[in-house]
Amino acid sequence: MPAIPLAKAPQPSLTDPAQIRNFCIIAHIDHGKSTLADRMLGITEVVEQRNMRAQYLDRMDIERERGITIKSQAVRLPWRSGIDNQEYILNMIDTPGHVDFTYEVSRSLAACEGAVLLVDCAQGIEAQTLANLYLAMENNLTIIPVLNKIDLPAAQPEKFAEELAKLIGCEPEDCLRVSGKTGAGVTELLDQIVKQIPAPVGDANAATRALIFDSVYDTYRGVVTYVRVIDGHLSTRDQIQMFSTGVRHEMLEVGVISPEPVVSKGLGVGEVGYVITGVKDVRQSRVGDTITTYNNPAKVALAGYKDPRPMVFSGLFPIDGADFPLLREALDKLQLNDAALVYEPESSAALGFGFRCGFLGLLHMEIVRERLERESNLTLISTAPNVVYTVTTGDGTILTVTNPSEYPEGKIEKVEEPIVRATVLAPSEFIGTIMELCQERRGVLLGMDYLSEDRVEIRYTLPLAEIVFDFFDQLKSRTRGYASLDYEPIGEAEGDLVKVDILLQGEKVDAFSAIVHKDKAYTYGTMMTGKLRELIPRQQFEIPIQAAIGGRIIARESIRAIRKDVLAKCYGGDISRKRKLLEKQKEGKKRMKMVGRVEVPQEAFVAALTTDADIDKAKAKAKERE
Amino acid sequence: MNTLAFYVHIPYCVRRCGYCDFNTYTPAELSISSDLSATSRSYIDLLLREIEFAHETSTATLVPTIFFGGGTPTLMESSDLGRVISEIASKFQLAPNAEITTEANPDTVTREKLEQLRAVGFNRISFGMQSAVPHVLQALDRTHNPENVFKATTWACEVGFEEVSVDLIYGTAGESIADWEASVDTALALPITHISAYALIVENGTKLGAQVKRGEVIMPDDDQTADKYLLADEKFSAAGFNWYELSNWSKPGSESRHNLAYWNGDNWWGAGAGAHSHIDGRRFWNVKHPAAYGQKVLESGNPMHEQEILTAQEARSEEIMLQIRLVTGLQRASLSENEQRSLSSFLTDGFLDGEAWARGAVVLSKAGRLIADRIVREILL
Repeated sequence: MPAIPLAKAPQPSLTDPAQIRNFCIIAHIDHGKSTLADRMLGITEVVEQRNMRAQYLDRMDIERERGITIKSQAVRLPWRSGIDNQEYILNMIDTPGHVDFTYEVSRSLAACEGAVLLVDCAQGIEAQTLANLYLAMENNLTIIPVLNKIDLPAAQPEKFAEELAKLIGCEPEDCLRVSGKTGAGVTELLDQIVKQIPAPVGDANAATRALIFDSVYDTYRGVVTYVRVIDGHLSTRDQIQMFSTGVRHEMLEVGVISPEPVVSKGLGVGEVGYVITGVKDVRQSRVGDTITTYNNPAKVALAGYKDPRPMVFSGLFPIDGADFPLLREALDKLQLNDAALVYEPESSAALGFGFRCGFLGLLHMEIVRERLERESNLTLISTAPNVVYTVTTGDGTILTVTNPSEYPEGKIEKVEEPIVRATVLAPSEFIGTIMELCQERRGVLLGMDYLSEDRVEIRYTLPLAEIVFDFFDQLKSRTRGYASLDYEPIGEAEGDLVKVDILLQGEKVDAFSAIVHKDKAYTYGTMMTGKLRELIPRQQFEIPIQAAIGGRIIARESIRAIRKDVLAKCYGGDISRKRKLLEKQKEGKKRMKMVGRVEVPQEAFVAALTTDADIDKAKAKAKERE
Repeated sequence: MNTLAFYVHIPYCVRRCGYCDFNTYTPAELSISSDLSATSRSYIDLLLREIEFAHETSTATLVPTIFFGGGTPTLMESSDLGRVISEIASKFQLAPNAEITTEANPDTVTREKLEQLRAVGFNRISFGMQSAVPHVLQALDRTHNPENVFKATTWACEVGFEEVSVDLIYGTAGESIADWEASVDTALALPITHISAYALIVENGTKLGAQVKRGEVIMPDDDQTADKYLLADEKFSAAGFNWYELSNWSKPGSESRHNLAYWNGDNWWGAGAGAHSHIDGRRFWNVKHPAAYGQKVLESGNPMHEQEILTAQEARSEEIMLQIRLVTGLQRASLSENEQRSLSSFLTDGFLDGEAWARGAVVLSKAGRLIADRIVREILL
């Protein structure tokens, strides 16, 4: 039996680096990474059969429900190799698969010497996987190509082995074939990890240097910091020091995850584990920072990572204004665990008090919103997402605009917007469709390559704002779900952009203002005025709805005045009934927001700010819950 | 003097109309004989017992008005209806000029019946005319021949009714503006002193409500219904009928005093199955089903089902809600500064009568009457 009982396995802090293999799994959502990880936990027997559950390592409900991994994890797996019959310690470092979390991927990669490139052999490689693969290759990681789901009837291992071989420069035969579901090939994969991936190299006698690759807030323990020891040794007796801040911390606990936390005496060269120091905020234990010891500090820090920069901004407002403090509390709590989330208070004439939040991308935004609503029982309105603009005014002042309401009045010299380099992988039959979509979205074609006979990689530069606005939904629906997308920011470019305001009875409604390309201003204007005409109930006066760029009206609609709002009869028994109806209407009135003298129901704001795709998603969710 | 108006509910109809949500039953629904003479006697006996109970409970002495509604009061024997009037007159004191009204179906009354009603003490009669247009009547499940209304009202005058009223309904599915105009003109050609005109309300739980929900009947839009109101108001006024409540017009001095009692917050006793009463800020209502009503009355004389005691705030809400519908309106002084301010845009936009406002009253203009509920919400919410 190649599994080794934990008690008999090489112990943390005493393990020879030559016995250690650190690896991660790069895979697209749905390509079976979590199932493969589950299978590895089972085969190495770190989780007993009866305790096994699906997606064992995914801790958050959202992760399990959506089948994605948000936070990385590191699991210590003892393994006796079937090739040389020696004992090894495999550290599996889980990585998120989504484009929004690329920065988390890059830090997982830095803790590894090798990566398992896992591809569903019924679907082939996806754009985001490709991006992560390139990242791993840049980090000089050893890549083990693995085709998963060989048990599926639709599996085409030969075809995709060709594709992988071409991408990483190996032979198709080198691709391992496994099934996370049945367990086929997983033992061989573990053996190959031992064989192919180099052991970590470090100086056990040098001053301690450990790389922080993740930092997680735990309600009971405070911040749990995941580290990979490069040189020296970390032990509970040490006082540690953060390289960037110089702040000293007591070491309360050191351990490894296997896959439950196991306290150890320390961690040696090449080992991966966690430390707890009692700090309460992940920002005090920053990802990418180097930990050294206070008594014998290292001279040079390890190469860290760039701080993740928020790319997408949106206003979050509680539906019930009284929930504002609750929202603040919830954001504060979430930020303990998510250093990429930024926010500052914002007040909107229409929506009241809320926060302008910055996210890594759309998925990040959705997840944050969902967690806020779920974990703190809030109901939120989010304004349409936008990107960050650099606006130069006529007098040469340069402004950073993260909210359309900050867009300056008067003469504008130029507006710059973030540009991304986007990669789309898809079956070649969709080339025309994809190019058409990218063209519509102000894309510039960079190039195109065939990955295999019928699969292409198309590269475009696109304004991020275009991607933020339902690009992915469009791409998926126009390619029947076959296309995949990845993008990375490459800088800013000047754009012909304008701010479109929406006016109700001449009053600007800040929540509906948007910065859009000049050619799309009219479309946005008619779309919003049309939507609002449907959503705002008639009142006793006519309500003009206009879309305007500065002082110029580009679209208009109007809501006719209501003429009849009265019940004809009011005799004996009607009186109580009518009074009770009136009392009930008080509740409705509370949910009205006043824009000038126009009463706008909260629902109208929500619906106007929601895209059709969101509505469909919400409907689907509601159905699931039924 | 301490007064108490009486409403007497007769919960029987030969058939149920599709739009009606009143507390009324057909003989078939109650499994009783379609000849209602026996029921007439027994139900009226119960009413007399309840009137006795009202007398035991109430401190009032003078009865200014009695109103028999339904259902179809004229399905009861005229002599039985007369027993109710006599009982009230003997237990309380009838005001010398007491207004005593019955509702009547123009299809089922004969000249003889009207003579009997007049003889037992009725002096006001209100006919359910609804419309003069056959296809509209059909849509309302009313089967009468429009000509019957002319006959019935003429007889009513001839036999000595002092006040004759008709009810009209507008906004029925399929009713055109021309249809409505025809109904209004027909009504104005009748020998009457009073008109009530109601926009049709689609109530949940009625046949019409279900048809609308299923999409089988499409109701005309509110803008057209508003036009019909304005048209009626114009024609009624021109013919000398002045509006005194949102849906009621009369010749000078022919206002329904009984209905005004409801709107002025007076005390009234509702006798009969499901009838509502109001006495000094307490509202209570009887059990609805005639059988349950009978049982309760026989047990204790008290058929009350539930009651509510109005808080000062609730009483004020009702007062505002009801009085704003009247031509006399509200006293501005009864509103707070804030409440008055909330009305300023309605005043500027012409929904309130400017002259009345200047002399200290809140009175709805024609356009204002059509959005009365909205104005009430503006004051109270």
